[in-house]
Amino acid sequence: MFDQKKLAEAKKRRQKWEKTTVPNWLRRHPERQKDFQTVSGIPLKRLYTPEDIKEMDYSKDLGYPGEPPFTRGVHATMYRGRFWTMRMFAGFGTAEQTNQRFKYLLKEGETGLSVAFDYPTIMGYDSDHAMSLGEVGQCGVAVSHLKDMEILFDGIPLDKVSTSMTINGPAPMLLGMYICVGDKQGVPREKLAGTTQNDNLKEFFAQKLCIFPPKPSLKLSTDVIEYCARHVPNWNPVSISGYHIREAGSNAVQELAFTLADGIAYVESTLERGLKVDEFAGRLSFFFACHNNFFEEIAKFRAARRIWARIMRDRFKAKNPRSMWMRMHVQTSGCTLTPQQPVNNAIRTAFQALAAVLGGTQSLHTNSFDEALCLPTEEAVTVALRTQQLIAHESGVTDTIDPLGGSYFVEALTDEMEERAMSYIDKIESMGGVISGIEKGFFQKEIADSSYKYQKEVERHDRTVVGVNDYTVEKDWVPVDLLRIPPHVEREQLARLERVRQGRNQQKVKQSLDKLFDDADKNRNLMPTIVEALKAYVTIGEITDVLRSVYGEYKELIVV
Amino acid sequence: MSTKERKIRVLIAKPGLDSHDRGAKIVARALRDGGMEVIYTGLRQTPEQIVETALQEDVDVIGLSILSGAHSTLFPKIMQLLKKKGMTDVMVFAGGIIPKEDIPALKKIGIKEVFGPGTPTSTLVEYVKNSLSK
Amino acid sequence: MKQATDIQRLVQGVFHGEKRAIARTISIIENNEPEARKIISLIYPKTGKAHIIGITGPPGAGKSTIVEKLAKELRNREKTVGIIAVDPTSPFTGGAFLGDRVRMQDLSIDEGVYIRSMATRNHPGGLSRATKDAAYVLDAAGKDTIIVETVGAGQSEVEIIKVAHTIVVILAPGLGDDIQAIKAGQMEIGDIFVVNKGDREGADKAVSDIKTALELGTQDKEWKPIVLKTSALTGEGIGEFVETIEKHRAYLRKGALTIHRRANAEIELIDALKQKITQTIIQDLREKGEWVRATEKILAREIDPYSAADSLLKQRPRQPSTR
Repeated sequence: MFDQKKLAEAKKRRQKWEKTTVPNWLRRHPERQKDFQTVSGIPLKRLYTPEDIKEMDYSKDLGYPGEPPFTRGVHATMYRGRFWTMRMFAGFGTAEQTNQRFKYLLKEGETGLSVAFDYPTIMGYDSDHAMSLGEVGQCGVAVSHLKDMEILFDGIPLDKVSTSMTINGPAPMLLGMYICVGDKQGVPREKLAGTTQNDNLKEFFAQKLCIFPPKPSLKLSTDVIEYCARHVPNWNPVSISGYHIREAGSNAVQELAFTLADGIAYVESTLERGLKVDEFAGRLSFFFACHNNFFEEIAKFRAARRIWARIMRDRFKAKNPRSMWMRMHVQTSGCTLTPQQPVNNAIRTAFQALAAVLGGTQSLHTNSFDEALCLPTEEAVTVALRTQQLIAHESGVTDTIDPLGGSYFVEALTDEMEERAMSYIDKIESMGGVISGIEKGFFQKEIADSSYKYQKEVERHDRTVVGVNDYTVEKDWVPVDLLRIPPHVEREQLARLERVRQGRNQQKVKQSLDKLFDDADKNRNLMPTIVEALKAYVTIGEITDVLRSVYGEYKELIVV
Repeated sequence: MSTKERKIRVLIAKPGLDSHDRGAKIVARALRDGGMEVIYTGLRQTPEQIVETALQEDVDVIGLSILSGAHSTLFPKIMQLLKKKGMTDVMVFAGGIIPKEDIPALKKIGIKEVFGPGTPTSTLVEYVKNSLSK
Repeated sequence: MKQATDIQRLVQGVFHGEKRAIARTISIIENNEPEARKIISLIYPKTGKAHIIGITGPPGAGKSTIVEKLAKELRNREKTVGIIAVDPTSPFTGGAFLGDRVRMQDLSIDEGVYIRSMATRNHPGGLSRATKDAAYVLDAAGKDTIIVETVGAGQSEVEIIKVAHTIVVILAPGLGDDIQAIKAGQMEIGDIFVVNKGDREGADKAVSDIKTALELGTQDKEWKPIVLKTSALTGEGIGEFVETIEKHRAYLRKGALTIHRRANAEIELIDALKQKITQTIIQDLREKGEWVRATEKILAREIDPYSAADSLLKQRPRQPSTR
């Protein structure tokens, strides 16, 4: 990329600078630390120069937006054509309450919906299960049956919005419900747009919302991918996630590597169903966190796109460029937010959001500043949404594509992240793949160690957390009105559940569950049967119980 | 048999459906590094399971970790069961996402202390050691 | 802090199988509290009924999962079960992570199962000093079967023979050299060998390899060790495993048990004497200052430890003989 003679000259100048100008300065002003590193331990030089990217082949390594390897962006015009989707994760209480919040956010300018379900729903328990006590509506919206879902999307036309649903084990059921609501609204299934997270593999070592053991869980995820490829072609059946891996304590390189390894596993699993790679790969989507270290995160996103494109093309022989593209959703990091001095969180989120945009995300959720205290209030979530709008409209960074491309530092860091991530991916492959790694406790140990290391760094003050181990205040400003879910919410939910149970055609319910058992037992794709069962108002808990009886329950391999 | 060999035994528990275990694991590890014998229950424990484990293992301390908001329902249940089994001498502390305004009520039912996010693990280790030496 | 103990009430509680009493008693013994000796003296006469099974084997073989399955099967046969799971104490911090119990969640609220996790507290050999005594407590509390799960670190794990009647070595294919994994010590003490994760590749080979190795070493043993294959995940082989344990129990009852018990009684007496003697003598030497003097001499290389010991003992006044 560079003229050899000029490069040699630059190198000579650099060496002179390092021998004279730098030491002169250091004598009077030592640097703040002995070494500098990213969170993942990548050493940071004082300065990056053309020498650091002299091996770069622009066309091969960077290329152009909208073309493999997509390093600079998945779409040809990126934000000059359309901003990323401003998609705020929301959900609490009953379907009515969340429906209100959805409408509020849409009115305030968000451009896509994102549903947070409560713990019972996520674990496949109806609101009246013993394990649901005290948990109904607390961390998300309670959905036990189709009626809840109908209320959740009341007044929201499914042909006009795209909806992301953070649901894993019960993903087939929630997608099924979404399809049923669409059917009722008269929206053709090909027009339904959105995403189900449906990434069961990462549950085993990150989010931990596992219901069934690894192999049946992978089977269910693949059922959804296969079904969508054939029947709901505009739906993203899976959001292969690194966010939770990062929140569980991994560093950026691990987040990147483990997510891509999961992606490989899903592609392999779907190919085993007889589908060709170009029939489904284009709809695989990804989900990453965006943490504090600004440039590391940007490099991570760029490296992610490039690695995936290469894997799809070289390993899986994809022909359609769309099979090679990595579309991503990003959420700013929850675990970096602090209950101390909560307003600081708005600023952390702003920096993180900016990094996500400079990293080329397709969709973004920004956390609210009260996130470390409670569920987000309307005021706080508005500020979070505005953060995105400010970046989009006032900062100017969206007026050209991949503005940091070509930066010596960013390109060097992107290369470094790719190399380190590939090293992990190769290791996982040699171990026998993701499921094998899960059984061996490999991911769990890596994450536990990174997490403990980070904690120790903070406690030794090697790492500053503003407001927590430095710049603390005696009297903190805390928001007065936190969003709490009162007990009557649980009672209302249970009452509706009871009414729905009573009002059903019991015969149909039994038939559906029997058919489901048979399909699961015979290893068929469960989606069609689940959709039919949901129409008869069979509950999520009832379906999950049948599946539990066939697949068993997962027992966590605990690695501390 | 001469010298006493006392070790502090701790149970770190995750009641309810909350699946965030990063903090609980860090605390477990820190207490272990602080010389204590630690049992971690794993996720999704019922109050009955937690108390039964504490009973059989004769722990000195129970640390409850919860981020889901269900503490208002689950903690009272746990404290009631401890009382029923005659285990009021077990010290119970909590951590996670518990709004400050809920803390007085929790202390009233017998939770000794609630630690928020950002509490250094060294603080926890010291707290447990000091509380038990009284 | 814990309330002062009423020893009699506690011991009665143990005899009645009261969990809190069992729990507190084990703690007192483990912590070497002043009441420990008295408690053991009261409990010991009521022991000797339970069948004690030792489960040993390398890490990763699935010991805890097998223990859980074994306990469940025993429960199906209406037996009450006590489980002691031992984990290593860190030599640097003195702390321990007791992580076996969490792998037996299905048993957590079965009234007929009592599980206690213990740390080695730097005692060698795969068990803690108090494991044996904890087993006595569970025995006196009426448990039909007591399962002791060792740390699982390797060849020095032979303490289990002092505690258990039936010793089971659990192995799994793919853990490295299958035969190397059963270090010499374990090959000799195992009554039953179980190749777990039997659905995996290499399981059948491991079974035949172990059988061959055993034939070489156990020709003149009365009980020929049996090798089984199980899959704790699917439950395959567990029934046969329990049957084999029962077979060994029956064999022991025919006479071998008495021999075993006599040998054990002698070992326990030696251990107890050792502890008592060292404690009394060393305490005395410390009080008289002779201990420090001797150690200084050894440090200065004026005398070797053995000669120092001889000298110290020679100097001790003999007990006056009674007339």
